[in-house]
This record gives sequence, C-alpha cells and structure tokens, in this order.
Amino acid sequence: MNVAARVPEAGPPEAGRPEAGRPARRRARVNVPTVTLAHGGGGKAMRDLIDDVFLGAFDEHGLAPLEDQARLSLEGGLAPGERLALTTDSYVVDPLFFPGGDIGRLAVYGTVNDLAVGGATPLYLTCSAIIEEGLAVDTLRRVARSMAEAATLCGVRIVTGDTKVVPRGACDKLYLNTAGVGVLRTGISLGVDAARPGDRVLVNGVLGDHGAAILNARGDMALSSPIESDCAPLHGLIAGLLAAVPTVRFMRDLTRGGLATVLNEAAEASAVGIEIDEAATPIREEVNGFCDILGFDPLYLANEGRIACVVPEEDAEVALAALRAHEHGAGAAIIGRITERPAGRVVMRTRFGGRRIVDMLVGDQLPRIC
Amino acid sequence: MKYVDEFRDPDKARALLREIEKSVARIDTCRHRPLALMEVCGGHTHTIFKFGIETMLPDAIELVHGPGCPVCVLPIGRVDDCVALAETPGVILATFGDAMRVPGSKKSLMQARADGADVRMVYSPLDALRLARDNPDREVVFFGLGFETTMPSTALTVLQAEREGIGNFSLYCNHITIIPTIKAILDSPDVELDGFIGPGHVSMVIGARPYRFIAERYRRPLVIAGFEPLDVLQSVWMVLKQIEQGRCEIENQYGRIVPDDGNRAALEAVERVFELREQFEWRGLGSIDRSGVRVRSAYARYDAERRFAVPSLRIADPEACQCGEVLRGAIKPRHCKVFGTACTPETPLGALMVSSEGACAAYYRYGDLDRIPAEGAPA
Repeated sequence: MNVAARVPEAGPPEAGRPEAGRPARRRARVNVPTVTLAHGGGGKAMRDLIDDVFLGAFDEHGLAPLEDQARLSLEGGLAPGERLALTTDSYVVDPLFFPGGDIGRLAVYGTVNDLAVGGATPLYLTCSAIIEEGLAVDTLRRVARSMAEAATLCGVRIVTGDTKVVPRGACDKLYLNTAGVGVLRTGISLGVDAARPGDRVLVNGVLGDHGAAILNARGDMALSSPIESDCAPLHGLIAGLLAAVPTVRFMRDLTRGGLATVLNEAAEASAVGIEIDEAATPIREEVNGFCDILGFDPLYLANEGRIACVVPEEDAEVALAALRAHEHGAGAAIIGRITERPAGRVVMRTRFGGRRIVDMLVGDQLPRIC
Repeated sequence: MKYVDEFRDPDKARALLREIEKSVARIDTCRHRPLALMEVCGGHTHTIFKFGIETMLPDAIELVHGPGCPVCVLPIGRVDDCVALAETPGVILATFGDAMRVPGSKKSLMQARADGADVRMVYSPLDALRLARDNPDREVVFFGLGFETTMPSTALTVLQAEREGIGNFSLYCNHITIIPTIKAILDSPDVELDGFIGPGHVSMVIGARPYRFIAERYRRPLVIAGFEPLDVLQSVWMVLKQIEQGRCEIENQYGRIVPDDGNRAALEAVERVFELREQFEWRGLGSIDRSGVRVRSAYARYDAERRFAVPSLRIADPEACQCGEVLRGAIKPRHCKVFGTACTPETPLGALMVSSEGACAAYYRYGDLDRIPAEGAPA
C-alpha cells in the first residue's frame, strides 16, 4: 500500500493545506519490538507502523492527511527551457549502520547526488521500504530519523512512500528505494559524450573510503583504524562548481564501480582517451593498504560522496578552487586529462613510471556494497 | 605507505632501468631475439601488470607469464568435483574468492551458489574451521588449493581440527608443488626460456636449495624475487647480470623474507599431513608426475575425497583453449585463438581468464599497452 503525506507548504491551498485551527492527529505508536508480517497486511498494524516510524520522522507536525499520492507544486512554475529531472535508486547495503553513515542517509544522499550531478536542484524524494520480518522497530525508527535529518540537510522533503514486509529470508533486513525530483535550470548542458581532448579530469576528494568502510564493517579484516564512509550530500558543492565554471562538460558521482567505471563510460561515449596520473589521484593510505591486502583496486571501490568532473583545460584551476572551497571538496585534485587516443580507453600513468590500462570491471568478488 | 613506499620509488626504478638497458646492450643474444624471462608466480604477473612494468622494460626483454597461479591450473574435473561437493545436502563449501568463478564443465561455484548450494568465501582455512565449529550439524568442506605458499596453513588447520576434535571439517585437497612443474616446463620442446624470476612466497616455505637443478642441470639462472615493483626490476637486472657474465646460479633477491633453508616448522606441518600423489592433472599442462599432494591416511577423517563420493572424472580442456601454450610461455595470451572473443572474463573458457593472477585476465584487464602508442606528457 502506498501512503503519501500532502505537502502543505509546497502545495497550493486547494491541494490540502490544513484548515486553520484543525487539531493535529494523534500519532499512533507501535508497541511491539519487532516488525512482523502483520505490519505488511494493510490493516491497522501497518497504518500504525507508517504513522509511528515514517510519518513520525518525515512529517513532524503530524498535520498532513494521508493520500495515495503526493501533490506537489513548483514555486513560480517552470520557466521556459527549464526541465524536471527524475531519478530512482535502491539501497541494499549490509550492514545497515557503518562508520560514517547508514542506509537511510545513503538513500537520501545517493538520490540527491544523482539529481545534482546532472545539474538539477533536488526538491522532493519518495521512500519505499522493503522490510524483512523480524527487524527491530527501533532499527527502523533510527533509519527513518536518519533519513529525515539527511533530507533537512539537503533541503529536500520526503513526500510519499510505501512499505512492504516480506517473510524472513526473502530480503536481508531492510531495502530502501528513493526516487527524487529536481529542477534543471536553463544553460546547463552536461553529457557523458561531451569530453574533448585537452580537457582536465577532477575529483573532489580521496577515493574508495565508502567501499573500504563497508567491507571492513562486515568484519572480514578487522582493521585497527576504522575507515569511515565518505557518504555526503553534494548538491551544494556542485552548485558552487557550476556557478564558478558553467562550462563543465560532464559530471558523475563515483558510486558502484568507482572512478574506473565512470571514466570508462565517459571515454567510450565521448570517443576519447582518458589518461590519469596515479601520483595525482588521492587515495588514503589506509585504503591503499586495505586493498593491497585483499587484492582489490581502489579505483573500482564505491564512493558515496565523490564525483569526477571533466572541464575545459583553461577552466581547470578555477574548477579546482571552486571544489576546494566547499567542505566536501577539500581534498579535490586534478587527476588527469582527455587525450585523442586510445579512443574509448582509460590509461593510468603509474607512480612507478609505467602505464597500464584501467578497464571496466567485469564481475566482482565484492559482496554488495551500496 | 611506510615500509612499502620504499619498494615503489620511481627514482630507484629509473636507476635500475638504466642498469638493465646497459646490461641488455652487453648481451649478444639480444641482437637476434628478445630474452625470454619467465616469472613463475602469479603474484609477480599481478605486480608486473599493476605497475606497468612491461611498458618500462626495453623491447629486448620479454616476460613470459608462467604457471604459478594455482586457480589457473586447476583442471575442469576437479572443479566439477568441488561443485558436486558443494551441492551435497548438508555441506557448506568454504573457498578462497578467486576460485568462485573458475568454470567447470557445467558450472562454476558461483553458479552453484546461485542454484542454491551453500558456498562461503573465506580468507583463510582457519575461517573454514570456524564455520565448522559454528555449524556442528553441517559438514564443512574446505577447498584447499595453492602451492607450498598455502599448504602449511591448510596442514596446520587440519592439525588444529584434530586437536580440537572437530569432526565435521574436511579438506578437498588440490595443493600442488612448484618444482616438478618448472621441470615439466623446462622439458617441453616448444619452450625457449633464458631465465627465471623465482617465486617469493613459495620459497619462503621451501627455501632456495630445491631450485639448484635448474642452474646445474638445465643451465638457466633463477632469482627468487619479492613482490613489490622494485623487487621485480632488481630481479630482472640480477638475471641479466648472470646471463651477461655467463653464470647460472640460484640467487635470492628476497632475502628479507626467504631463508635459504625455508621454514622448518611449516615444512614439518606439511610433511605430517600431506604425501605426494603419483600424478596430478594440471589444466593446460596435462598430467605431471609427483606434482600434487593428498592427505595422509593418518588424517583420512579430514579428507573430503575419502569421506564423500565425488565424480572424479577426467575432463579434457575445451578444444579451442590454448591455456597450456600460454602457461608454458609458448604463446602470448593475445595469440590464443579464442582470446577476447569466445573467452572473456564474463564467459571464461579457461581459468587463465578468471583469476586476477591469470595471464589472460591480466592482459584483458590491464591491456596490451605495447600496442597503444603513448601520447604526450602526464597531466
């Protein structure tokens, strides 16, 4: 069942702004410690779970009547040439809570970042939860609160959602899906096929922290100095970059598959070569050591707060300064450049003085990480 | 990284490369054909590709990627047996990650897991023993494989299981030994090798002495090498020096880890638990005498081959596969008829395309940069 809270301050009066003086509904409370199949049955138990856990976090004032859809309006409407951007992503990370973040935070930042890297301003999110029977209700509350905090930080509102409960073993604790809507202003044209020879490649910080943090949190290696996820919202950083350098050609967040995958996609789509310099590519010492032990390559590790962007050569220094000016871009670096050949391939100049091809990841041994 | 960075210093690499070039200029053979040096160990293959070492060496040196990746030389029949074990009701099959994707005749362990078998990835045989301890109502079978490098840890795990009286743990033993394999390569007619980069971690266990016959009987130099890029470059240079000076010796570049006599405690554990098989089948190389070990009868209760019925069929490599020629260094991966076409990392025909240490996967992944011209200066 789908339940949407109306969005009073975002919608026009006829879309359900509560009448002045109407008393707030009393929030229901789930009084059992774990989620059972009854909470997915469509009856009162489900209604209470939604009210307690999700509305309790996303709709603090408890004023919004529940509908099957969110009704949204855009302040001032869309100007000519402006477009809507829409994205969706599912989150299945294990463990649910890890150093530097949790699945809820990830589900908000991930979708916000997917909108932002296209140049869109994120506005509204949805939230669907698939819950395994037996999950602690408190765990669910923690995740929902974390989502609400993350949304506030990003200036977006979670306006509709859905819950399903599945039998034990049919999913792993909790899966989330968030979709996001944003507005794409005029004058921004980013494309994976837009890289040109001579352009520079930048990243906003050290790579691979999220992937390494998740693997380490699973307890496989028990590192003494825990690596924290880089999970962060990047809409502010990206807005600053686009304001300083409107000529940015291409931008992508470096999630599953990491830097290597994104650069390969750009090289292929733009029919150019990309040469990156290992010495200039920022990777934390602990992450490098972790990868050395396990035989991983940090270029393929997932990130949740990192982007790569391609900018014209003459704008590279301005772009670097714009990234570094933001708290999530302090570790930004120019790591490479676009070449004419070899078209469609990414080559790394190793610190040691050799060169090697950085190919697409084929299959991987890594358990799921985002 | 402290300690590691000093073995990755580009200035020292440049100095070594200058010495290597000087040495090459003084070796007559290089005027007619490239010198073929085989790195026996898959770990070295990995280092060579990861750091782009092939692109730095002069054209007069050709690196031949040898058979030292234990996953790559596993024959199809043994993978099938392992899949059968994994699909036996009540069994948890514990394996190193690399072996998950090796194709059997019908499926890999990865596919068996997708079909419902309980296959767990572990980092050490002791993790498998822990699984047995934690699941007393299940049979845990550890897929043991590797050269002398991993043999001692498997042997110690069997001894530990015995000490603790753990009855639901057993080993499907595919451990192999390096010396008969090097000998088989030296005896094959289509191989022309000028020297060896010797395996570092194997030697940490067996020491330097077992290689003597290579210098004495086959008149080839061998330098036991470490796994950092400077180790590999220095070892290449040491082999060249021997060739230049007409010497054939077993030298040890990896002295910080490898004692001449090996590791006595590790060898004792291996000796207690394992005995040589008359023959063992290698993918691509065929059957090699006394090249594999099995569990001694004293430890039969820990031997999965004795405890479970497995098909034990000998299954020929796919006809199109030229894994054997690649393993012996007779051809380069790109010269194989099916490289990158029928055989890719997504749909590997041979194991060389699967393991991260396999020569074909390394070529496919890190590319054959000789064929791509360099362009301009770094960013």
